[in-house]
Amino acid sequence: MEIKAEKLTKQYGKDFALNNFDLQLSGNKIIGLLGKNGAGKTTFMRMLSGHFLQSGGTIKIDDQSPFNNYPVTKNICFIQESNNFHEKFRVHEVLDIASIYYPNWDKNQAKELTKIFKLKEKQKVKALSKGMSSALGIIIGLSSNAPLTIFDEPYIGLDASFRSTFYDLLLESYENNPRMFILSTHLIDEVSKLFEEVVILHEGNKMLHESSEHLAEKHMILTGKKESIDPLMEGKNVIHEKSILGQKSVVLFDEVMESVPSDVEVSKATLQDLFVYLTKEEVKR
Amino acid sequence: MSSRFRDDQPIFQQIAEMIESNIIEGSININDRIPSTNELAKHYQINPATAAKGINLLVDEGVIYKKRGVGMFVTENARDVVIKKRKDIFYEQYISPLLNEANRIEISTQQIMNWIKEGKENGN
Repeated sequence: MEIKAEKLTKQYGKDFALNNFDLQLSGNKIIGLLGKNGAGKTTFMRMLSGHFLQSGGTIKIDDQSPFNNYPVTKNICFIQESNNFHEKFRVHEVLDIASIYYPNWDKNQAKELTKIFKLKEKQKVKALSKGMSSALGIIIGLSSNAPLTIFDEPYIGLDASFRSTFYDLLLESYENNPRMFILSTHLIDEVSKLFEEVVILHEGNKMLHESSEHLAEKHMILTGKKESIDPLMEGKNVIHEKSILGQKSVVLFDEVMESVPSDVEVSKATLQDLFVYLTKEEVKR
Repeated sequence: MSSRFRDDQPIFQQIAEMIESNIIEGSININDRIPSTNELAKHYQINPATAAKGINLLVDEGVIYKKRGVGMFVTENARDVVIKKRKDIFYEQYISPLLNEANRIEISTQQIMNWIKEGKENGN
């Protein structure tokens, strides 16, 4: 599966949801798609799934446009955070419809997952709680075995225990049938260890696209006395800094440090912290 | 095995370290099979590529060997290799920070040595 977006643009009136967005994804990987609210994540995922056309640029999946193109979209399963299924259907009907749409549908897997998440097959979608509705989405996403499976905040209303179950199932499904997963989430700390690659969207554009490992190598936190830290950060790309009681801590991004004085401590940030440092705007009062 | 990771070190290194510790303590022995990449990934809820990197580190160091289609096993001299590696970083990892803190709070070298002796005598 190879995804290629070039100068991809989506405009709503005067507003740009995506603006000249370039991205290339390939390989059977679990990829994290991160971004603040309004960064353009959902717009991108919906165009990737062929839900609507772009205003400009191109988006190709294995050299084909996904819009209105069943030979491509049958290989894509996109689970949104809510309203995935028509309210009037029952759980087993939703599963039946999905089984017709997705050529790699695994009926046994769907049955087993339905049991694991304790869903009743006869229940109407309308009567499902938020968490159970999310569970149904997860069941379809995993059972579809679609070469490209996209989860956009798949666990609204799902408790911590079922979320952990979802991570187990995702890894198991990935092991049994390696394919591309794109996972968009705000609960970064919980899932960051599952990602092989990370894409961060910011204001309709790509801020970065790196392997998780490279991203960890690309930054460092320096902590020490203010006098020791100040000369080190001169002319460097500092994405975050704070000080208290004469101690200073700075986060450098995309910088190489040959040596650090022995009284300065070097450490790493979590993906979630890094994401916040890179995308946070200072509140102006 | 503890399933919590620290933030100060790449996870693949921590995976390798955990396996190494088990080898030193003798909870896995020569020619024992170690968990597969996927087993490790599921156990720790991490990406299989990360687990694979930790395993490959141990293969490169001669601590484990791969048998195609069967699994991964502990080599004959794994324990020696790991112990040597741990000894090489012992000063940096334990003595250095100990001396730094002692210096900061004004504990004499003599006092530290006395404590070490006492600790040894008490069976640690």
